Amino acid sequence: MNIEPIIKIEDLAKQYRLGSIGTGTFSHDVNRWWQKVRGKEDPYLKVGEINDRTQTGGSDYVWALKDINFEVQPGEILGIIGKNGAGKSTLLKLLSRVTAPTTGKITCHGRIASLLEVGTGFHPELTGRENIYLNGAILGMTKKEIASKFDEIVDFAGCQKYIETPVKRYSSGMYVRLAFAVAAHLEPDILVVDEVLAVGDAEFQEKAIGKMQDVSSQGGRTVLFVSHNMASIKALCKKVIVLKNGSVYYEGSTEEGIRVYLESSKNNLIEQLMLRKDRIGNGKMKFTNINVATFDKGAIQTGLDIVFTIGFDLKANATNMWFRLIVIGDDEVVRFICNNYHSTAPFRKVNKDSNIVSLTIPKLPLLQGKYYCHLQAVVDNEIADEIEYAGEFDVNEGDFYGSGKVPTIRKGVLIEHTWTI
Amino acid sequence: MSTQNPYTLVIEPKTRLLDLNLKEVWRYRDLLLLFVRRDFVSVYKQTIFGPLWFFIQPVLTTIMFMVVFGGIAKMSTDGLPQAIFYLAGIVSWNYFAEALKTTSETFVANASIFGKVYFPRVITPLSIVVSKLLTFVVQFVLFLLVFFYYFLFTDANLAPNSTLLLLPLLIIITAGLALGLGLLITALTTKYRDFRFLIGFAIQLGMYATPIIYPLSEIDNPKLRMVILANPMSSIIETFRFAFTGVGEFSWLSLGYSFIAMLVLLAAGTLTFNKVEKTFMDTV
Repeated sequence: MNIEPIIKIEDLAKQYRLGSIGTGTFSHDVNRWWQKVRGKEDPYLKVGEINDRTQTGGSDYVWALKDINFEVQPGEILGIIGKNGAGKSTLLKLLSRVTAPTTGKITCHGRIASLLEVGTGFHPELTGRENIYLNGAILGMTKKEIASKFDEIVDFAGCQKYIETPVKRYSSGMYVRLAFAVAAHLEPDILVVDEVLAVGDAEFQEKAIGKMQDVSSQGGRTVLFVSHNMASIKALCKKVIVLKNGSVYYEGSTEEGIRVYLESSKNNLIEQLMLRKDRIGNGKMKFTNINVATFDKGAIQTGLDIVFTIGFDLKANATNMWFRLIVIGDDEVVRFICNNYHSTAPFRKVNKDSNIVSLTIPKLPLLQGKYYCHLQAVVDNEIADEIEYAGEFDVNEGDFYGSGKVPTIRKGVLIEHTWTI
Repeated sequence: MSTQNPYTLVIEPKTRLLDLNLKEVWRYRDLLLLFVRRDFVSVYKQTIFGPLWFFIQPVLTTIMFMVVFGGIAKMSTDGLPQAIFYLAGIVSWNYFAEALKTTSETFVANASIFGKVYFPRVITPLSIVVSKLLTFVVQFVLFLLVFFYYFLFTDANLAPNSTLLLLPLLIIITAGLALGLGLLITALTTKYRDFRFLIGFAIQLGMYATPIIYPLSEIDNPKLRMVILANPMSSIIETFRFAFTGVGEFSWLSLGYSFIAMLVLLAAGTLTFNKVEKTFMDTV
């Protein structure tokens, strides 16, 4: 049987005007109105059209989304991934009718509920009970529906004791749990979810993901799920759409989609260090560049083997030389230090023609995030060159333990370990 | 699956000029009631006097008017007890002013909710008009208490008459005026905030262009009279007072004018609101 798609998106596009609104835009508006009165075309629509696909600098208009076409089948969980600014949130906004598209059409056969944020419309002064009703109604439930689900919601959130307390007294975790509980018990045909799972503790996240799976598998409902977290995308979705610069870059299986996404978002930039002035050392040796990559030049992921390739320039042959690389996180906390003086021994004979040193780190223990490295080289017991923040790199989510699970506490580094009893 | 799903929804850029979708508003009626409840209940949470605050404000304003306009400026109250004269004006004006002020901020004040979830936007201004109506009812009870005190225990010349039957109509016109004007202003202020600075000020001045601290009968200058009668709230206040006391000016003509002004404003407000609601998130 040929099943009709539950969501059909045709030629969807959304244009935004850049810059702030003030007297300048008012004169545009007056001019636009005046041209209309005289029966002429809107002069600024033309400007928008010229800048349409080219996005040249100086344009006041930008296409946040363009030429979006796809279909979603009933009961499907579709993951939407893409970098910041790829248009994910705009797409969700259009789907949840927060704003209207510039051109194109979305046809949905069913009730849509969107969860772009948990706890929308929670009033801090009202009690948990009152807020369940209010939030439920905002999300589109009737009072009767909420009443019939009330006990389930309270149970899911685990806050029976505080149900008559104003939510402003709630801990932030409890607040989020209650808010998600209300949303999870909506019974729409289509559920649109934006990264709300990034909140709450591990136990709650597991519960939330489980709930979403139930919604789809037992409830037969359709879920559109946007996330940066590849692990939860993998756990939930069979099909993904990768957005890039406002258009659909890939549509298909989750595994391939994630690969495509990581590939497109890799940041293995070669940093040129020759011109850096903020360095110390006697200058007997100078770093020229640094590059981080996996062996196959793919995206850096937790658990993969990676190589730092560091270029340098040596003035004379050296007989005693060692390198130090410090990896620090976004929070300026040191994650680890690699120094061949400690780990093996200093290099005893380095020809002045040598110009590359590489550092291999098997099974990268870093969690997803942005990292920086400091470089230092010592020649004949004196610091020859030292550069702070010599390079930066992004680590993508990966499966360090090979267990398919990712730790939810995003702190520290990962290490191999064994538990016995 | 060719059968028409009742929830089939097409999201498209352009709105028809009038796309009210009252059916959808009706589907969200529970939300309207819950918003009303929220607005009404949350006002006096964590206060000692609680709902008493609804009384205190008009009482203090009335006393202030009695001292300043009645006592110091010695302005006429058409022979009515000052408390009744001022309170009647204040209670009805308050409803209009409060409802207008709050509805005119709908988009800007609710941007965070509107930016995250869809429901018929018009629910919010409607709920404001209803919750302010509750406040009006509470304050109206206060007026009734004062009225009965003067009616039963003093020899003040009060002649309640059949115009009292028009009270529901007066309330409807007031609500409609506030809603229409509020919708219009909130739609205009999403893009250019200039009106926001004007509105608080305009409401304050509007009170002086309405016969609240003076009776309409005191205005002899015909031009000034025209200006004051051009204000659709004037006939409402005068009729309200006339209904309870038999003093004041009541004419079908000026009441009819107010009614038509309400219809026009409501239509203009709804149209503008409708045009803006779909994309206001991009400009607010």
